[in-house]
Amino acid sequence: MPKQINVALIGNPNTGKTSVFNHLTGLNQQVGNYPGITVEKKEGICKLPRNLKAHILDLPGTYSLNASSLDENIVIELLLNKNDKDFPDVAVVVSDVENLKRNLLLFTQIKDLGIPTILVINMADRMERKGITLDVELLEKRLKTKIALISARKKTGIEELKELIVNYRNITLEPCVNASTIAPDYFDALRKAFPNQSLYKLWLVITQDVNFGNLNRIEIEKASDFETKKKSDLKRLQQKETIVRYQFINGVLKETFKKDINAATDLRSKLDKILTHQVWGYFIFFGILLLMFQAIYDWSSYPMDLIDSTFAFLGEWSKSILPEGMFTNLISEGIIPGLGGVVIFIPQIAFLFLFISLLEESGYMSRVVFLMDRVMRKFGLSGKSVVPLVSGTACAIPAVMATRNIEDWKERLITILVVPFTTCSARLPVYLIIIALVIPDERFLGIFNLQGITLMLLYLLGFGASVFSAWVLNKILQIKSKNYFVIEMPDYKLPLFKNVAITVIEKTKAFVFGAGKIILAISIVLWVLASYGPGDNFNNAEKIVTEQFGNELSTQEFENHVASVKLENSYIGIMGKGIEPIVQPLGYDWKIGIAIVSSFAAREVFVGTLATIYSVGSDEEKTIKNRMAAEVNPILGGPLFNFASGISLLLFYAFAMQCMSTLAIVKKETNSWKWPALQLIFMSGIAYVAALAAFQFLK
Amino acid sequence: MKFTVASLQKGQKGIIKKFSNDDIPLKLLEMGCLPGNELELVQTAPFRDPMYLNINGSHLAIRKETALLIEIEVVE
Repeated sequence: MPKQINVALIGNPNTGKTSVFNHLTGLNQQVGNYPGITVEKKEGICKLPRNLKAHILDLPGTYSLNASSLDENIVIELLLNKNDKDFPDVAVVVSDVENLKRNLLLFTQIKDLGIPTILVINMADRMERKGITLDVELLEKRLKTKIALISARKKTGIEELKELIVNYRNITLEPCVNASTIAPDYFDALRKAFPNQSLYKLWLVITQDVNFGNLNRIEIEKASDFETKKKSDLKRLQQKETIVRYQFINGVLKETFKKDINAATDLRSKLDKILTHQVWGYFIFFGILLLMFQAIYDWSSYPMDLIDSTFAFLGEWSKSILPEGMFTNLISEGIIPGLGGVVIFIPQIAFLFLFISLLEESGYMSRVVFLMDRVMRKFGLSGKSVVPLVSGTACAIPAVMATRNIEDWKERLITILVVPFTTCSARLPVYLIIIALVIPDERFLGIFNLQGITLMLLYLLGFGASVFSAWVLNKILQIKSKNYFVIEMPDYKLPLFKNVAITVIEKTKAFVFGAGKIILAISIVLWVLASYGPGDNFNNAEKIVTEQFGNELSTQEFENHVASVKLENSYIGIMGKGIEPIVQPLGYDWKIGIAIVSSFAAREVFVGTLATIYSVGSDEEKTIKNRMAAEVNPILGGPLFNFASGISLLLFYAFAMQCMSTLAIVKKETNSWKWPALQLIFMSGIAYVAALAAFQFLK
Repeated sequence: MKFTVASLQKGQKGIIKKFSNDDIPLKLLEMGCLPGNELELVQTAPFRDPMYLNINGSHLAIRKETALLIEIEVVE
């Protein structure tokens, strides 16, 4: 088998690099992480002419080889390390015909590294509409490269690009800009000290904080017998380098690139007038948010109900066809409901990513960031935190993943830490049943339903808590961050169906296989804890119920009572009794204690657990509700679920960090157990204090 | 008084003269914000922050603190 050609796709953000990647690889791609960090690594295989194959690596978008974020660092580290297994045989720089000038900056830098470099000029289909003419032949000559003029939208030019990749050896390695002109003496000294190294590579190593191979910055500084430069001098030289490169590019484009301004139809400025308007811009943004919520809550409820009933059926069915025994119970009561708990979130997550990817692909997201930046900055967040906070109302897991494009680490960290306060959909079932129990179904001022107002207040409370804690964290966290906020406002584009579809599929897959493993594991543990117990009471539950009630019970009632006794004496029941002293001051009994403990895995488990504890076989809310309403507080007397304990529970669920999957994803994204641990301790601490205060004050 | 991007009116154009200090983010230069280039203030968010600029065909938004560092000469 012939060797695969290693290809690295490099380019500015918003050039359609990912579309080119999708065209080259199709669904033949995989998304992973670079070792140790959470930057996404996208790679795929592409079939080339003459039975050759290429391994395509889609590197994160970057404006230059001077890194200012984690994503950009990846590009430099790879390009400077010849020993990396992904080191490209050929670099493909993707550019956008309308922003060619800016895109060429990166191209000239990569070319100077002595890597064979192909230039892709994308969005060729827009040239005519924008009045652009291009002398490709002359441009190839000036830039000393081969150019593929393609349109990812119209799928033209892809085969030509593949042909160029096959023949990458024909491309000259000569650089097009001589960077050493910015400081000839300095570069001469460098060359003498390291005669075997590429000069531009040395320069990059000196100015960046990256290592390559066996050579790092400190060593260069030590080994050199010439005077090292101060940081500020180096910075000035970097600026000079950028200017020199632009001078070269301007010269080249003057000869090869013509734009007839009259032919340009300006959709951008028309749309921007409305979409970034100081008043209308916000109206439109909130309108879009409303639509998103509608989709996430309402539209996805149909597939979710279907999934729910399918898994309930599967559980029953597996029980009926498999031989009775422990193993069957594990499958039908542990694994299948556990899987269901993962799969049920797929519709919401898919809808969420559908919207986010549409907004991003169209170029609208940058406008939202622009509109919201100043407001968010007051709280130590960034305009780029809006997307995660909005997503958090569906589910904190994709929301935490959506923080990746925030360059500033402090702003990103704060966003990750506060996102779980927003009212996610898993809190909804808990809120609904408690509100139905303790808030009267009456109208306030004739129009407002008290229960509806309570729910809305809980949403506001969640959002308020996240913004307020962001403000506090901003004051406390001593993280020096040097990143400036610069955001490109790309052209508006009609989203490409293929890109949107691939994003939705990939993100959903990442959720199911990433977070899914943890949810599944915990539900199995919970099942074991609830299905086994020490001592005789657990094993003799049937006998105890028979002794207590005689034979008057129907089969259904009998089974419910047995389940209830078993739960009380199971490991989890014993744990519930164990924590009773802790939850009593909040107005709860041991049964609510169990429900809280079990819902530390996932909040929505609360209702299900209570349903089992109150020995209700079916999931009908009315029955659970009546049962819960009839419960008596063992110490204070009176109904267990009254206004005080109800508000206390609502507050507890509003603040508590009860989602293992979120903790797991925060660990993954921050690469440390420190942050999820802090989240767990602080959020649950606040929850406890708030619930305690509410109950003691209201009782 | 120095005239900077922060004092431009919407729709007004200017030529970039220089940067008030060396702390200017390199990223800005790389995106085409270089001395000699023409820029236009396209739109501002409320309180004139951030500011949405068109620098020689490159469209980007920066915060006011950064805009204050870019000295310009106004062209009508």
